[in-house]
Amino acid sequence: MSDSSATHATAELEDGSKRDFIFLATGATAAAGAAAIGWPLVAQMGKAADTLAAGSIEIDLSKVAQGQQLKMLWRGKPIFVRHRTPAEIAEAESVNVADIPDPQADEERLVADINGNLRPEFLVMVGVCTHFGCVPVGEAGDFDGWYCPCHGSHYDTSGRIRKGPAPTNMAIPPYSFVSENVIKVG
Amino acid sequence: MAFKTSKNLILSAILAVASVSGMAFAAGGGVYGDYKMKHPDWSFNGAFGTYDRAAAQRGYQVYREVCAACHSLKYVAFRHLGDEGAPFYLEDFPNPSDNPYVKNFAADWQVADIDSETGDVIERTGIAADYFPQPFPNDAAARASNGGSLPPDLSSMVKARSGGADYLYNLLISYDTPKPDSVELTPGLHWNPVMDGGKIAMAAPLSDELVTYEPTETMYNGELKLVDPPVATVEQMASDLTQFLAWTADPKLEQRKGVGLMTIVYLLILSLLLFLSYKRVWRNVKH
Amino acid sequence: MSGPSTYEPKYAAAKWMDQRLPIIRMGADFMTFPSPRNLNYWYTFGGILALCLVVQILSGVILAMHYVADVDKAFASVQRIRRDVPFGWLLQSMHAVGASMFFLAVYMHMFRGLYYGSYKAPREVIWILGCAIYLVMMATAFLGYTLPWGQMSFWGATVITGFFSAVPIVGESLQQWLLGGYAVDNATLQRFFALHYLLPFVIAALVGLHVWALHHVGQNNPIGISEKTESDTLSFHPFYTVKDAFAIAVFLVIFAVFLFYLPDALGHADNYIEADAMKTPPHIVPEWYFLPFYAILRAVPDKLAGILLMLGAIIVLFILPWLDTHKVRSMRFRPVARWFFLIFIVFCFILGWCGAGVPDDVAIKLGSKMVDGVKVDSGITFYRLGQVATIYYFAYFLIILPVLGLVEKPIKRPDSITKAVLGDGKRGAALAPAE
Repeated sequence: MSDSSATHATAELEDGSKRDFIFLATGATAAAGAAAIGWPLVAQMGKAADTLAAGSIEIDLSKVAQGQQLKMLWRGKPIFVRHRTPAEIAEAESVNVADIPDPQADEERLVADINGNLRPEFLVMVGVCTHFGCVPVGEAGDFDGWYCPCHGSHYDTSGRIRKGPAPTNMAIPPYSFVSENVIKVG
Repeated sequence: MAFKTSKNLILSAILAVASVSGMAFAAGGGVYGDYKMKHPDWSFNGAFGTYDRAAAQRGYQVYREVCAACHSLKYVAFRHLGDEGAPFYLEDFPNPSDNPYVKNFAADWQVADIDSETGDVIERTGIAADYFPQPFPNDAAARASNGGSLPPDLSSMVKARSGGADYLYNLLISYDTPKPDSVELTPGLHWNPVMDGGKIAMAAPLSDELVTYEPTETMYNGELKLVDPPVATVEQMASDLTQFLAWTADPKLEQRKGVGLMTIVYLLILSLLLFLSYKRVWRNVKH
Repeated sequence: MSGPSTYEPKYAAAKWMDQRLPIIRMGADFMTFPSPRNLNYWYTFGGILALCLVVQILSGVILAMHYVADVDKAFASVQRIRRDVPFGWLLQSMHAVGASMFFLAVYMHMFRGLYYGSYKAPREVIWILGCAIYLVMMATAFLGYTLPWGQMSFWGATVITGFFSAVPIVGESLQQWLLGGYAVDNATLQRFFALHYLLPFVIAALVGLHVWALHHVGQNNPIGISEKTESDTLSFHPFYTVKDAFAIAVFLVIFAVFLFYLPDALGHADNYIEADAMKTPPHIVPEWYFLPFYAILRAVPDKLAGILLMLGAIIVLFILPWLDTHKVRSMRFRPVARWFFLIFIVFCFILGWCGAGVPDDVAIKLGSKMVDGVKVDSGITFYRLGQVATIYYFAYFLIILPVLGLVEKPIKRPDSITKAVLGDGKRGAALAPAE
C-alpha cells in the first residue's frame, strides 16, 4: 500500500482488516470492561448496608385500647396497629370475598400468636395506600375502614380495597409474636 | 536528549512524582530518643495480604476489655463484625445481622436509646444494627474524665497516623523504653518514644496477661478453623489489637485487593490487544 | 487543517437530520480530522485527560448522592460511603485517586506543550484556554479537598482562604465574605460543595473551547512544522483513536495500581481525623500537585509578596506565547533551549520537594555543627533551595526564553513532516533530529 493513501481511513481499513480478529477481540474486551465498570455505578444507588440493617421494631399490643389505632414508623413507612371492635371484626368477616377487587379473607390478613391462635382484634398493616403511596385516614370512607384522601380509595375494616383507584389491599408487613402481646415487625 | 524514548520519560516522571509524594509523608512523625521502630510483617501487607482472622478476633477482645473504657469506635457497627472480610464472618450468615457472634457481641453492650412511649433516655441491649456505644456522652465529658485529654476515636486510627499499623503497634509496646533525661514530664503525661515529643496522656494500657484469651473459631475461604490462644503478652495483645483496628480502618481491604487484581489483569490484556490493534492499523504507515 | 467537510449522509434519515442539525457531520468530521502523522505518545495525554474529566464527573455526581455537606455529618457521611454504600469504597477512592491522576496527566500535557512549543502562533488561544482549565482544576481540587472535613480539609481551607486576607485594606472582609463567617465553618462547607459541583462543568465547557480552537488551527507536532500536504497527515480515526486508546489503557493500569493497592499513598493520614478547629496538625502540606506552588509561596518571608509570587507563577504561563519569541516551535531544533527546559523540569521537581519539606530543615546536607552540645546537620535548607528554584522558575519564563528568542540559532530542520518521516528519502532516519 502506498504511503500517501494512508490519509484515508476507509482506504486503509478496506484491506480486509475490518473483520480482523484482533479488532474484534479488542472491541469485545473493551465492551466487557465498560459493562463491568457500569455495574458499580448502578449498584451504588441500591440500599446501603446500614439501611438494610436498620430493620425491626417491637410493638406492645396491650397498650392499644379497643377502637384505637397506633401508628409506628417502620422502614420509613407507617405501620397501622388497629385494635378492632367486635362490630368491625364482624363487618370484615361478613364480606363475600369473591365480590371484592382483591379477594382475600380477613383471616388471611392475620398472623397466629405464640399459642397458635389468630387474634382478629388486632389488625397490623402497612398504612400506605396501594394507589400512589399516600397514608389513608382511619375510620373513614364508605366501608368504615380507611379512606385515602389523595385519590379517593375506600378500604374496609380489614384494610381491603373496596372502591376507588387503588389496585390491591393494604399490605401486611412481615411480623410475628415474640411474646403474649408483643409483636416484632421486620 | 537525556531520555531515549517517550516511554522512559513518562515512567521517570511518574516515579519522580511518587517519590516527591513519598517525601511529603516521611516528613511527618518520628521516633523520640533511642527507640528503634519494629516493623512486623503484617498479614495484611502486600498485594495479596489479608487479615489474620484469629488475631483480629482476639484484638476485638482487647478493644472490648481494655480500650473501650475510654476510646470510642463510633463509625463501626456490630453488624460490621460479620461482614465479608471481617473478623467474625461466617459463610452461613451472608446477612451479618443474623451472625451469632454479632448477635452475642451486640447483646453484650448497653446502648443509649429513647423510650418510644415515655420519651425517657434509656439503656437497652444492643442489636446488630447499633454502632459501638461511645464511652462518654460528649467530648467535654471525655476530657473531664481523662485529665483534660481527649481519647481519640479508634475507627480509622490505623489510617490516621502516618506510620499506620506500625505506629500503633510500637506505641503500645514501647512504654517501658528508658526515658531520656531531656524529656520532662508534667503530671498527667507519660513517656512514650513513638509519640511526638515523647509525651502521651495515656498511661501504659497493656500489661502481660491483662486479658484471658479463649480459642478462636474463624472462617476464611470456606474453612472453619479453631485456633488455640497464644500467651497474652503485651506484644501479643498489641499485635492482635493492631490487626483488629487495621480492619476497622480499612474493612474493604480484601475486596479492594481482589477487585484490583482482576482489574489489573484485565487492563493488561486490554493494553496488549490495543497495542496489537495499534500495530495492525499502523502497519503500512510510516511515522 | 480543518478543510471542507467530507461527510456524506448515506441514509435518508441521516440526510434529514443533517439538514436540520448537522451533529452526525460534526462527529464524522471530528473522527476524520487530518492529524499530523508524526504525533508521538506525548500527544495522547489530551485523550487521557478527557477520560480523567469523565471519571471525575461520573464518580463525583455519584458521591454527591451519598455525601452530606454539613459540618456535623460530612466526615461521618464519607465514612458511611467507605463502609456501607454498595461499592462506595471503590467510588470514593476512584474520585480521590482520580484527582491525582488528573493532575499527573495535566502536567505531562503541559510539559509536552512547553517542549514542542505548542503555545506559539497560531495556537496562543488553545494554550490560554488550557491555562484557564488548569486554573479552574486547581480551584476545583482545592474545594473538593475540603469536603471530607478531615483535619487537612479544614486547615487547608483555612490557610488557602487566608491568602485573600493578604489583600491590602479589604483583605479580612474579603476572606470573611468567602468563608461566610469568621472562620471555616458550615457556611463555608456548603458553598464549597456547591462550587465544587459547579466548576467541573465549567472545565467541560472550557475543554470544548480548547478542542474547538485546536480543530480550527490544527494540531502541533513534535517537529513543530505545520502540515503542508495531504501526505503530512493521517485521519484521526483509526490512527489516533487506536493510539490514544492504547495509551489510555496503559494509563489506567497505573491508575488501578494506585486505586486498589496504594489508595492512601497520595493523601495525608491527618485527613482520617475529623476536622478540629482547636488543633492544627503539626505539618500542614497541600496535596502533591500543589507542592511546587506552595514552595514558591514560602520562598519570600512576606505574606502578600508570597501570594503575588505564587499568582505570578501561574500568570507567566498565560503570557508565555509572548515571552518566547523564537520562531522555531519545537525544542528538538533548539539545542540550547532544550537544556534550559530540562533544568526547568528538574527545578519543578525540586520545588515540589521543597513544598513538602519543613522550611528550616536541611535539604542538602553539607556538614554538621554543634548546637547546645547536640550535633545537627548543616547545609542548604528547604527554604534556601526553594528560593533558588523559584528564581529559576521565573527566570526561565521571564529571562531565558525571551533572550533565547533573540539569540538562539536553531539546528537544521526538515522541510516537512513527510520528509522528516521518510528521512529525506533515506529510510530509517525517520524520527531522530539531525544532530
